[in-house]
Amino acid sequence: MTARLELNRREFLELTGAAGAGLVIAFSLPGCGRERGPAAAPTPLNAWLRIGDDESILIVVDRSEMGQGVTTSLPMLLSDELEADWSKVRIEFAPAAQEYINPLFGMQGTGGSTSIRAAWMPLRKAGAQAREMLISAAAQQWQVDRSECRAEQAAVVHTPSRRRVTYGQLVAVAATLPVPEDPPLKDPKDWKIIGTRVPRLDTPAKVDGSAEFGIDVKVPGLLVAVVARCPVFGGKVKSFDATKAQAVPGVRQVVQISTGVAVVAEGYWPALKGREALEIEWDEGPNARVSSQSIAQLFAQRSTRPGAVARREGSADAALATAATRLDAVYEAPFLAHACMEPMNCTVHVRADGVDIWTPTQFQTGAQQMGAQIGGVTPDKVNVHTTYLGGGFGRRFELDFIQEALETSKAVNAPVKVIWSREDDVQHEYYRPASYHRLRAGLGSNGRPVAWSHRIVAPSIMARVFPNTVRNGLDQETVEGAVGLPYAIPNVHVDYVLADTGIPVGFWRSVNNSFNAFVVECFIDELAHAAKQDPYEYRRTLLANAPRHLATLELAASKAGWGSALPAGVSRGIAVHKSFESFVAQVAEVSVSQDGTVRVHRVVCAVDCGPVVNPSIVEAQMESGIVYGLTAALYGEITIDRGRVVQSNFHDYPMLQLAQMPKVEVYIVPSTDAQGGAGEPGTPPIAPAVCNAIFAATGKRIRKLPIGKVA
Amino acid sequence: MPPIHFTVNGRRESVEVAPDTPLLWVLRDNLGLTGTKFGCGIAQCGACTVHVDGEATRSCIVPVSSVAGKRVTTIEGLSRDRSHVVQRAWIAEDVPQCGYCQSGQIMAAAALLAQHKNPTDADIDAAMTNICRCGTYQRIRAAIHRAAEEV
Repeated sequence: MTARLELNRREFLELTGAAGAGLVIAFSLPGCGRERGPAAAPTPLNAWLRIGDDESILIVVDRSEMGQGVTTSLPMLLSDELEADWSKVRIEFAPAAQEYINPLFGMQGTGGSTSIRAAWMPLRKAGAQAREMLISAAAQQWQVDRSECRAEQAAVVHTPSRRRVTYGQLVAVAATLPVPEDPPLKDPKDWKIIGTRVPRLDTPAKVDGSAEFGIDVKVPGLLVAVVARCPVFGGKVKSFDATKAQAVPGVRQVVQISTGVAVVAEGYWPALKGREALEIEWDEGPNARVSSQSIAQLFAQRSTRPGAVARREGSADAALATAATRLDAVYEAPFLAHACMEPMNCTVHVRADGVDIWTPTQFQTGAQQMGAQIGGVTPDKVNVHTTYLGGGFGRRFELDFIQEALETSKAVNAPVKVIWSREDDVQHEYYRPASYHRLRAGLGSNGRPVAWSHRIVAPSIMARVFPNTVRNGLDQETVEGAVGLPYAIPNVHVDYVLADTGIPVGFWRSVNNSFNAFVVECFIDELAHAAKQDPYEYRRTLLANAPRHLATLELAASKAGWGSALPAGVSRGIAVHKSFESFVAQVAEVSVSQDGTVRVHRVVCAVDCGPVVNPSIVEAQMESGIVYGLTAALYGEITIDRGRVVQSNFHDYPMLQLAQMPKVEVYIVPSTDAQGGAGEPGTPPIAPAVCNAIFAATGKRIRKLPIGKVA
Repeated sequence: MPPIHFTVNGRRESVEVAPDTPLLWVLRDNLGLTGTKFGCGIAQCGACTVHVDGEATRSCIVPVSSVAGKRVTTIEGLSRDRSHVVQRAWIAEDVPQCGYCQSGQIMAAAALLAQHKNPTDADIDAAMTNICRCGTYQRIRAAIHRAAEEV
């Protein structure tokens, strides 16, 4: 139903001119140093750093803060090299601009657990460059050799004379000096901030209500819009009568936009009342007969045909034919909504000379391009003001809510904030794809697997977002977490059948890993059981050549006391999964009550994400990923009837609450290996860890999510 | 529309809106107090929790007409300087992630502590039914116990 902005990566790079996709360091920003007036604005030393003569340190954060801690972890990288006084560090969100492009995406956006990996070198280098420029400025001022000077606690010290001058006093001159190409980076043993548990910089504003989320944006003359959208995906407005809506006090205008009809009012409540009074006839389109049953049938049918081969080693079919033991299973996982706590919203002012967009977005470049397209201006005339995000989880990579605000503001020629109700949010999503998996495995007489075959049937997110990346029916993203099967098995076959359902699908925390980890880690548990071996020991044996998987698995098992006695009725399950270059193992302790209610008491989580910037934030992200994945595993299911989403709000799309929260313990593997992400990798292992524990408790295999009640 | 009078964070307010307008939207759209959040509109998530005459109340389903003459406290009025014991505990435990639900969580926790000086885990389970999608629950529990110790 949405006229979506569809860009492939190449078009995107052409549009933004970022063909190199490397991070551009704009060290020659205008307004450097000399032009400062008496009430001096802080002086930029590079794209991310401004220092004030009051010693304030302002760090520009070019990733979206959606809870994962980038407003703290990114400044930590720069500040450590800068030898900044951490207590003086403040942050500001970056505008949409070339220098803030995510080098791992080639566009400005936040996702894929890339923030630290992408910033690890550039932000430390930017801090080191600024430090060296400040040292040079001090050496110049004192007319001494710069090798006699060092940076320390936001000042430069002349070692022989112990003279000291602060950054605030040096910044104006430093900004005029050449930027060193290759400044020395600190030895990790000299880090003072990186690797420590500094408190989050955004916490104070989040405990007194002052943190500004998109929904909080205030602009003079602001109107609020609520949009009526066709309940059936792909449906359109046939006709509408706005007479009654316009009679609601406070309603200003009713306008048709590409996703439906927008009721524009003086506030959210009159807009909502106006929408209730609106009379619309919809053309429901071809999806009006789609249901969860029809989708399940489609998947089952498609699963009988071979798919596009994603991984092939040896011959799984031949090995299966001669295996001593053979296992067959079908696994299923449902559509899921993101359910960010902050419903979708966007504030826009389209003017003849430019566009302002204030929004909680994960995708600044996309917002800017769409603003230019709808506003009829060049991208440089589109200012994207990123606010705090009340959750993102991939949902805010989409541009649908931004498009609605752009079209509505343009239509009524005023600043407009589009706010979605929770019902809008649940029913007009880009859902985590539903999926269907056909698994076959063969064991040798010693119980070790000789063959593994995994067929995935699912819609493709990439087919919508980056269609050019889907080649010969293979979407490499949909098989992520399945092709990476780490276990030593001689014959492996993984294939993929793309099955479009008409239901929009999108990136949901950990994306396709969320279902592939469930399938792989539950099925390997089935193999262990068939081999009459302990599921932990069975995995260990097969992970001999996967050292980082093995180390996290062993750490989780040892911290959980794998094999030790548990209270009556409590059982353990284990799972390990690599995603976003990080390795996470979890042990869940679970009981199932007589009425089938599943209770997760404790989760022990081990993570290897390479060098850690802030252990407290990594721990929080593991807790967060576990709650997100556990909520989905226990309750999460979006069902379809007559082309519509059946669920509408938290009463029928329930969330884990504090009372159901397990005790979570997180252990970080000390690691100097390649860095991985933290925002998503905690999510995939929890569903299989819990399902495997349920099997240990009850002998019942959960092959279809959500778990619900265990009969 | 006749004006509706009530007190918000110690200040007398008077609004002229449809009487069925939820308190939440009066606070946000008419009084500019955006610390109180909209999450569901059906009192399920608790993001809109405020105190009405000291009691934790989900303001998204409370018609503003029903708070006429009453005292409303929002996150902005809990303290002037984040000095409320719950806010201090929240900072000490570094509770928030995205932060969107936290105003409501803090208001619910403050109301709980006003009634139970030293709540048990079961008291916390029963009182803290606010939803957090980031999963800060473990730190919320720790922060409530910390605040109770400080009271």
